[in-house]
Amino acid sequence: MRRTTEPRELRRRENGAAKEAAAPKAEAERYPLFRLLAEDGAGAPAESPLADGELLSLYRWMVLSRQLDERMVAMQRQGRIGFYIGAIGEEATVLGTAAGMQPGDWIFPCYREHAAALYRGMPMAALFCDMLGNAADLMLGHQMPCHEAWRPGHYASISSPIGTQIPQAVGAAWAARIKGEEMVSLVYFGEGATSSNDFHTGLNFAGVHKVPTVFVCRNNGWAISVPRERQTASETIAQKAVAYGIAGERVDGNDLLAVVAATRRARARAAAGEGPTLLECVTYRLEGHSTSDDPKAYRPVELVEPWRKKDPLTRLRRHLTERGLLAEAGDQKLLAEVKEEILAAIKQAEAADPKPPLETLIQGVYAEPMWQQREQLEEVRAAIALDPRVANPRHQS
Amino acid sequence: MPVLNIIQAVNDALKLEMRRDPSVVVLGEDVGRFGGVFRATTGLHEEFGPDRAMDTPLAESGIIGTAVGMALYGLKPVPEIQFADFIFPAMDQIVNEVAKYRYRSGGQWSCPMVIRSPYGGGIRGGHYHSQSPETHFIHTPGLKVVVPATPEDAKGLLTSAIRDPDPVLFLEPKRVYRAARGEVPEGEYLVPLGKARVTRAGHQVTLIAWGAMWHEADQAAREAEAEGIDVEVLDLRSLQPLDVEAIEHSVLKTGRAVVVHEAPRTCGFGAEISALIQERCFLHLEAPVLRVTGLDTPFPYTLENEYLPRAPRILQALRRTVTF
Ligand SMILES: Cc1ncc(C[n+]2csc(CCOP(=O)(O)OP(=O)(O)O)c2C)c(N)n1
Repeated sequence: MRRTTEPRELRRRENGAAKEAAAPKAEAERYPLFRLLAEDGAGAPAESPLADGELLSLYRWMVLSRQLDERMVAMQRQGRIGFYIGAIGEEATVLGTAAGMQPGDWIFPCYREHAAALYRGMPMAALFCDMLGNAADLMLGHQMPCHEAWRPGHYASISSPIGTQIPQAVGAAWAARIKGEEMVSLVYFGEGATSSNDFHTGLNFAGVHKVPTVFVCRNNGWAISVPRERQTASETIAQKAVAYGIAGERVDGNDLLAVVAATRRARARAAAGEGPTLLECVTYRLEGHSTSDDPKAYRPVELVEPWRKKDPLTRLRRHLTERGLLAEAGDQKLLAEVKEEILAAIKQAEAADPKPPLETLIQGVYAEPMWQQREQLEEVRAAIALDPRVANPRHQS
Repeated sequence: MPVLNIIQAVNDALKLEMRRDPSVVVLGEDVGRFGGVFRATTGLHEEFGPDRAMDTPLAESGIIGTAVGMALYGLKPVPEIQFADFIFPAMDQIVNEVAKYRYRSGGQWSCPMVIRSPYGGGIRGGHYHSQSPETHFIHTPGLKVVVPATPEDAKGLLTSAIRDPDPVLFLEPKRVYRAARGEVPEGEYLVPLGKARVTRAGHQVTLIAWGAMWHEADQAAREAEAEGIDVEVLDLRSLQPLDVEAIEHSVLKTGRAVVVHEAPRTCGFGAEISALIQERCFLHLEAPVLRVTGLDTPFPYTLENEYLPRAPRILQALRRTVTF
């Protein structure tokens, strides 16, 4: 058998993965990367969609997001939480899109947008209770960490299966239009999700019915070990919009200013009845996929280094400094405050009982438990009474 | 004999079958260059190249749908679904296509493939990394469903599954992926599909389990022995084809049976086994057949120990059965 019939083109593209930017071809030209702030953050931006106060506040949110991720990974390593998946390197994409929407708009998260949940008012301690799955967890300890939901902030419940939230976001915005309300939904997903059936159906439905949804693809270059080049033969993600008859934009996802401006544009189009937009935010997953993953096994560090230099935080910090909004001392103070805020919230969360009460096992399966759930709960309760190992395998009798 | 864990045994079987039969290919998310998120396909891309160990885009319906075409065209695909919880986007391809191709074409084509997927809980994975979906597939005529419990069986059953003329769902117990270690025969090794294994002989009660829960059943049987309860343990290995003779043979002897599975109880495979036992052994039964199972709820995160039918709960059921 021949060794390979794999298209040479595919391998060529893949070997060029490090130089993605060096492949501007027809579609990439049709969907140029929208950028306002220089890659190193130097100089005046082409335009500035944010007032000084908003800008500083979003910078603080980005710092908080980074600190949160670093702290949670450390806690996972210490065995204090079971799992973590974060957004290191993708902060400008997550917070820029969240900030570009209106407070009444619904957000359908993927699983890296915890900072957006906080931005929408979820108390930090509540987020940590979800990480711990403890007695104070709003999700009743039902979900693994990083699957928070926050209804008061219109932040929908997170599911692990890739892509499922995409048509759901379309349905919510469609419902709002049917009810005559101005609500634009925003949905997050990675570029890996663009391969899913639900990506196709979501964009197709939205296109046909001109549903006011902003589709945010966090193109971070990787779906676990699979690089973007093996995910799709399209040169860009944004160009996929053409086939659905909807608007597409390609944005520098590490440029907070550009992300905010592009999100606002997409939202305005949607609200004006001009239909949905597929927003490709080009960014990079600087760390492993999650705490379960070690990228060294499949991703040469040389690929990551250039992106570390494009860190969205460093970039924005330089801009703020040049704009005279932030000095070294102020930055240090802000960082210390954020760390303090996180530690205080962790302390508050860890004060709750580590286990939710036994009844939570059957809560929420149906509006009201049926005889099966009630009977089985009592069976478990009786089993624990007879042998504590049922609840705690390490119990010594 | 080398001592392997289940992942290594799966890898060994895949390697040997790919060497033996050039039509065997593996495909799925992260299975090629990386060797799979659990590393079960490690080294296959290096040894067999990108035409036989393929990374796919992120779409389970695509993985199974293309595997159907490959099977029709004469390859023997072994697609991997990264977690059994993510098999549902491929449900239509599996239930309506893979399972029915032979039947609907009057036997002109068949669709032999082995869909490998880690299943089960007890790894703090919440409901999207813990489910045991075997019943959906056993309930789909045309599919075989195989669940090894040990490294030796993982190798022998996977090899047989790859050589089988029918499509097989091969569910791998990820909770004991690395923890279950044991001697595995070197070189070609087959364990026939549809033959249960009596892992412990006894005369008082038959304890039936498979996959990860077999380890819990085994533990419970040891504890029961210390209390003077003599348990016969049956590892089914293959749920479809089902070794009903082995079940019948054992229950006719013991007159009592307990079935264990981690999937929810209602319509779980324990219900089928229990029905078969009462149909075939009615006059020999000394006690009702008991089921020790997961709950009729989604798989929880924090309270997963309370949910899983582990040894302490199995032991209680054994006591109840023998004192009935
Ligand atoms: C339907 C489904 N299949 C497989 C998985 C396992 N899985 C979890 S994340 C992931 C990669 C996702 O990549 P992408 O969509 O690019 O998002 P990113 O993690 O890069 O943000 C995979 C394959 C899953 N969660 N759901």
